[in-house]
Amino acid sequence: MSFDLDLFSTSVIHAGLSADPATGALLTPIYQSTTYLQEAVGVHKGFTYSRADNPTVAALERALGALEGTPPAVCFATGMAAISALFLSILKSGDHAVISDVVYGGTVRLFQQILNGVGISASFVDTSRPEEVERAVTPETRIVFIETPANPTLKLTDIAAIARVTKRAGILLAVDNTFLTPVLQRPLELGADISVLSTTKYIEGHNATVGGSIATKDQALIDRLRLVRKTLGCIQSPLESWITLRGLKTLPVRMQRHSENAATVARWLEQHPSVERVYYPGLESFPQKELADRQQALPGGMLSFELRGGTEVGIAVMNSVKLCALAENLGAVETLITHPASMTHADVPAETRAAIGISDGLVRLSVGLENPRDLIADLDEAFRAAASRSKASQQAGTERRDACAAAD
Amino acid sequence: MKFETRLLNFEAAPGDRCKPVATPIYQTATFRQESAVEFGDYDYSRSGNPTRAVLESQIAELEGGQRAFCFASGMAAITAVTRLLHPGDEIVACDDLYGGTFRLFSRILKGRGIDTRYVDFDQDIESAISPRTRLVYLETPTNPLLKIVDIRAAAELAHRHGALLCVDNSTMSPYLQNPLALGADIVVHSATKFLCGHSDVTAGAVVVNDPKVAEDLYLIQNGEGAGLGPFDSFLLLRGLKTLALRLDRQQQNALRIADFLSQHAKVSRVHYPGLPDHPGRERHLAQTRGAGSVVSFETGSFAVSQQIAEATRIFNITVSFGSVNSSISLPVCMSHASIPPEVRARKFLPQDLVRLSVGIENVDDLIADLDQALASASPVIEEEQIAAD
Repeated sequence: MSFDLDLFSTSVIHAGLSADPATGALLTPIYQSTTYLQEAVGVHKGFTYSRADNPTVAALERALGALEGTPPAVCFATGMAAISALFLSILKSGDHAVISDVVYGGTVRLFQQILNGVGISASFVDTSRPEEVERAVTPETRIVFIETPANPTLKLTDIAAIARVTKRAGILLAVDNTFLTPVLQRPLELGADISVLSTTKYIEGHNATVGGSIATKDQALIDRLRLVRKTLGCIQSPLESWITLRGLKTLPVRMQRHSENAATVARWLEQHPSVERVYYPGLESFPQKELADRQQALPGGMLSFELRGGTEVGIAVMNSVKLCALAENLGAVETLITHPASMTHADVPAETRAAIGISDGLVRLSVGLENPRDLIADLDEAFRAAASRSKASQQAGTERRDACAAAD
Repeated sequence: MKFETRLLNFEAAPGDRCKPVATPIYQTATFRQESAVEFGDYDYSRSGNPTRAVLESQIAELEGGQRAFCFASGMAAITAVTRLLHPGDEIVACDDLYGGTFRLFSRILKGRGIDTRYVDFDQDIESAISPRTRLVYLETPTNPLLKIVDIRAAAELAHRHGALLCVDNSTMSPYLQNPLALGADIVVHSATKFLCGHSDVTAGAVVVNDPKVAEDLYLIQNGEGAGLGPFDSFLLLRGLKTLALRLDRQQQNALRIADFLSQHAKVSRVHYPGLPDHPGRERHLAQTRGAGSVVSFETGSFAVSQQIAEATRIFNITVSFGSVNSSISLPVCMSHASIPPEVRARKFLPQDLVRLSVGIENVDDLIADLDQALASASPVIEEEQIAAD
């Protein structure tokens, strides 16, 4: 990839932020205030009520906008609030969206259990194949929404190629850039219209708060998003924006380290006899490595893998780790291990999961900032424990069978 | 487990059924008791708070100590240490000290029965020690001249004379230096600096091994009530998680900047333990794992130094150091202003000294910022000459 993520090391600390004019406070105060005194009716500094706008939220929005290369972003209480507001800003009853088939389960749930009730439909297609996207677009389609790398199989979509399709069709392209963030992948520079982030993940990076953001250069869309946000009431709280802003300052160095660590762990997993397959954009074996190298500055901190022995062994491993935390979330300083089939993608129907490669044995790993040697030791131990447990239960199974055979 | 793993692998919420990965903020002043005659683990946040407890446990672990105590600021932590002394006791302190520490010793303790003798720890410390010396106190690298003091030697000396050794480890952090392992009895931190790392909390910490000293410090923390609050404890816990990562980048940047300054015509001297000619460098390398990210330099002219500080755009003029934000200051006017001029002169604190705290911004941006600031600064005397011609 042509850009150096260190380009952003300065702007994440300084862009959009200046010392408080009244006191010189280096950091934006937490404006934990619902309302603002107006000088006269209709005369104010742009802030009237914190559901609409808040100075601390605005500081985060400016900083994210600077990072994305857009006007200030629009920040929400959660990633799902951001995604919901995005679709409600663009789609009306009868409209249609084309979405990556491998996508966060919450996005699927939004369409299949909520938006369908107001006449909005979606097709989930393999967006790694642009011709599939083209085929899925109808006269009612208003937007294509992709995740790349996709959660949890790491399947990539060629953003520039899809952008060509959407531009020809005169529709919008949104990219959920949560797994990489704008320091590792810049969708708007590749032709996308909208960049979506769950700031809960790498942006805040410390498991401290949920949040979401939408960035775009389209001012009309920005205005519409703010109206929808004000109406639904899903703005991020001042304290949470402040906490997120704090995390943003170390984003480039964290992403660099996450990616280095993930590469080390992925290489180790790949050669381990217990591991059937590893999905990681940095491995030579990754089917879309060429696209990863072209589209991303680094492979990132996320990987997933399948164990020999499938579901039972996968679950046994996840139950045996001590250093890796068995928990939802990703993109945090602590390493997190997750079982998509029962956790993040439980709301995706089982047949669909199987069709898109989310097997019951798939394990997702969000590699943190610990020393990778310690992570490898933890996984190694967990593999051993799982293998001996499985051997023991196989043994028990054999003994039971033998006993039954003898009893017959 | 390696240090960067230990930063992340600790019990975040002991006993909590929900098992949150991030420590809950126990923003509560009181705790309900089951019984009227026996207390549970917590009764009042001045005396103990679960969020602060997790922080204290983690700081102790990182410094290799038995117990740690967290306070509302670095000065509150240092003050608590001095409460271990009694009227008639003496402190022997290194003469290059943070201005606030000097002020505490010379304007608050003095006159309340505790005297301090200041010594250049490169010279003869022993002659300053008297039968009344109860505490030997030092910083290394010192603030702001970055002089290096041999901790092990100071510890042996202190112990030989029945005194405790306290080391202010703020310029290094436990990632780079562990004074307890070198024989110190007490470590203090302005946790505001590297531990927190984000310029958003003032806090202090004291770490000890000896159980009796620990008991005394607890009495002080509880009795005088300067313990760190729960929200600040949470922020500090969060900042700690990236300590190693931040310092790695800060040191990389600092070395490049120190090199750049060393070659600049307007810079007469650079102080940085990472430079080959820094006095005490061998001693520093023997007791630490890195040079840190505080760099000081001299220009020969106070006016030039002031111009440089005011011309930088990325380096903010602020007190404090150790944050992800780079900052620049003139110690003589800022962090060390509370040291009287005659004392400053005696300990050779140059008026024109500029202190940089190097952050994690892009190093090319930082160097370019210093370059333009240096370029724009001109000695006042030159202008006078031109006017005279």
